[in-house]
Amino acid sequence: MTIPKDTLLSLYRTMVRIRRCEEQLARSYAAGTITGACHTYVGEEAVATGVCAHLRDDDAVFSTHRGHGHALAKGVPPGALVAELFGRATGCSGGRGGSMHLFSPEVGMMGTSGIVGPCILQATGAGYSFQLKETDQVGVAFFGDGAVNNGAFHEGLNMATIWDLPVLFVCENNMYATEIAFKDSARNTDVAGRAAGYGLHAEAVDGNDVLAVYEAAGAAVARARQGGGPSLIECRTYRTRPHAEGMRDGGYRSQEEIDSWKARDPISAFAQSLLDDGAVTAADLQTIDAAIVAEIQEAVVFATDSPWPDATTVADHIYAGTV
Amino acid sequence: MAAREINFTEAAREALAAAMTRDPTIFVLGEGIGIRGGNFNTTLGLFERFGPRRLRDTPICERGFVGLCTGAAMTGTRPVVDFMFIDFILDSVGELTNQIAKIQYMTGGRLKMPVLLRGCVGIGGGAATHHSGSYYPLFVNVPGFRVVVPTTPYDAKGLLSTALRCDDPVLFLEHKSLLNVRGEVPEEDYQIPFGQARLCRQGTGVTVVAIGPLVPKCLAVCDTLAAEGISVEVIDPRTLAPLDMDTILVSVRKTGKLLVADESFGPCGVGAEIAAQVMAQGFDDLAAPVRRLNGVHTPTPYSPPLEAAVVPSMDQVAAAVRDLAAE
Ligand SMILES: Cc1ncc(C[n+]2csc(CCOP(=O)(O)OP(=O)(O)O)c2C)c(N)n1
Ligand SMILES: [Mg+2]
Repeated sequence: MTIPKDTLLSLYRTMVRIRRCEEQLARSYAAGTITGACHTYVGEEAVATGVCAHLRDDDAVFSTHRGHGHALAKGVPPGALVAELFGRATGCSGGRGGSMHLFSPEVGMMGTSGIVGPCILQATGAGYSFQLKETDQVGVAFFGDGAVNNGAFHEGLNMATIWDLPVLFVCENNMYATEIAFKDSARNTDVAGRAAGYGLHAEAVDGNDVLAVYEAAGAAVARARQGGGPSLIECRTYRTRPHAEGMRDGGYRSQEEIDSWKARDPISAFAQSLLDDGAVTAADLQTIDAAIVAEIQEAVVFATDSPWPDATTVADHIYAGTV
Repeated sequence: MAAREINFTEAAREALAAAMTRDPTIFVLGEGIGIRGGNFNTTLGLFERFGPRRLRDTPICERGFVGLCTGAAMTGTRPVVDFMFIDFILDSVGELTNQIAKIQYMTGGRLKMPVLLRGCVGIGGGAATHHSGSYYPLFVNVPGFRVVVPTTPYDAKGLLSTALRCDDPVLFLEHKSLLNVRGEVPEEDYQIPFGQARLCRQGTGVTVVAIGPLVPKCLAVCDTLAAEGISVEVIDPRTLAPLDMDTILVSVRKTGKLLVADESFGPCGVGAEIAAQVMAQGFDDLAAPVRRLNGVHTPTPYSPPLEAAVVPSMDQVAAAVRDLAAE
């Protein structure tokens, strides 16, 4: 597969945008500007980037507690993300959600989630809608290895498969659910193998290789659009920061393990391979790096200058008000 | 020409069929709701008209298909979950309370959540404890739900038609003992607004707010009580969320005495809520403390004498009204 230079640079840009934004959010958390939970996506950027590169605004993404990267890759502006974590009215959920409730249906970001599991079922439901309406849209669920042992995985994959729904399940297998190693919570840790048992297309890829993710997701999304049914991609990856900002990261994983994955950083590896191949120049990448730094700075200024939500609206929109 | 009479289930089914004809985004999920037409005939004959995508028999995964419906409603379709017995809804409570009920709020109204959740509720026929629940106080307690408890075929059709136009999640709860009750129902489609109680019988001495099967039970003893000189006003709230407190308060202003009769449990139940609201807004109208008559706070036993012992009887309704009248 030859990928156009524009696409390569766009993949790089999205990964850098996620990384810089996450680093900023971690700083803001440490400074006390973010009052709620903050789970960063550092180390896993290739997954959201490679998948969302194939999605349109009218495709529906359902995400997790670790969803900043999904939101950014799906097209939520950094300002709307940062403002949401700052609790401002201009946040993508109007300050109602924070990190774990990022909604931007305008770009098909149908929510990060404070509950592990439901995203799998909801993406399946989006697939049901799209099939019923006979469109070529796709529902996508991102979820961790922790969700694989939840009933939602079993029920969602099964329904998507028996009804041939246009759904892509993306498992971000970072080998831990909080501090519980996946190998201690499942005898069979082959997520793709387990998924294949339901009868859908399933494959495992190197989740730190953005092109591997991009290629697998491209095939899966195309298949779903053409009525070929659901797929699962297991992306083997690693989060290099603690489970959440402010949490201890000691005990359950070794420094050697963390360092070995840092050495496989998806952004540096991609940049290096692009330069080695001569596909892009160092100047191309530096231009993007500089633009992203400015973009994230602007996002913080935007969020900081944004108004707080109006407390008199606190009970608005519980009901649609149509009946 | 005599008005047409059909039963509760047939009336609700007419509303569903009309809505499915009008709105191609409506689909029904459930076990046995396809070719079979539903355990309670809720979808009888609809599979032939609307086909398998819109009348979808599911695996037995209540949590899963409720979660599926959440995502479907978020992306422009209008799912109907037919639980058969509402007891099975408990397997999906996380999807309901954490997801379905909250999506409109969390998106500031940018997404709607038009999901209809229906099922058979209540005690009767030796169904025993896994097929006899009502559970509506749970859902009334959660912001975001509409909770509908129709008691007549006319109301069943009109309220289901409204539910299928409503953009909020609606629980439509059909009591076992009412499914075969017949009544006059217009052929054409019509809607009954949520939050409007029905004044079933006018009276001056005691107000009874009766819920679900307690409505016919209460109406059945009113003539006897009238002969004793007790004039009873009977109100059927029809929807518990929203709850038409105005109609109740107006009645209490007239009678000064209120009994809430409900088969479901007392603690933190609908009667407790109505009593608290009447005390807050109509305390000076009360001539006696508000009374409640509820099913016994216990799992539902099987054996006929045990089952009968947990359900409020007509005699108990009459006795409670007499006590209140004598205060
Ligand atoms: C149903 C549920 N149980 C527990 C939690 C608490 N919790 C939050 S994140 C998490 C671990 C999730 O691990 P995984 O799915 O692998 O995602 P990762 O954090 O590794 O990205 C847990 C247990 C939750 N949010 N939801
Ligand atoms: Mg994990």
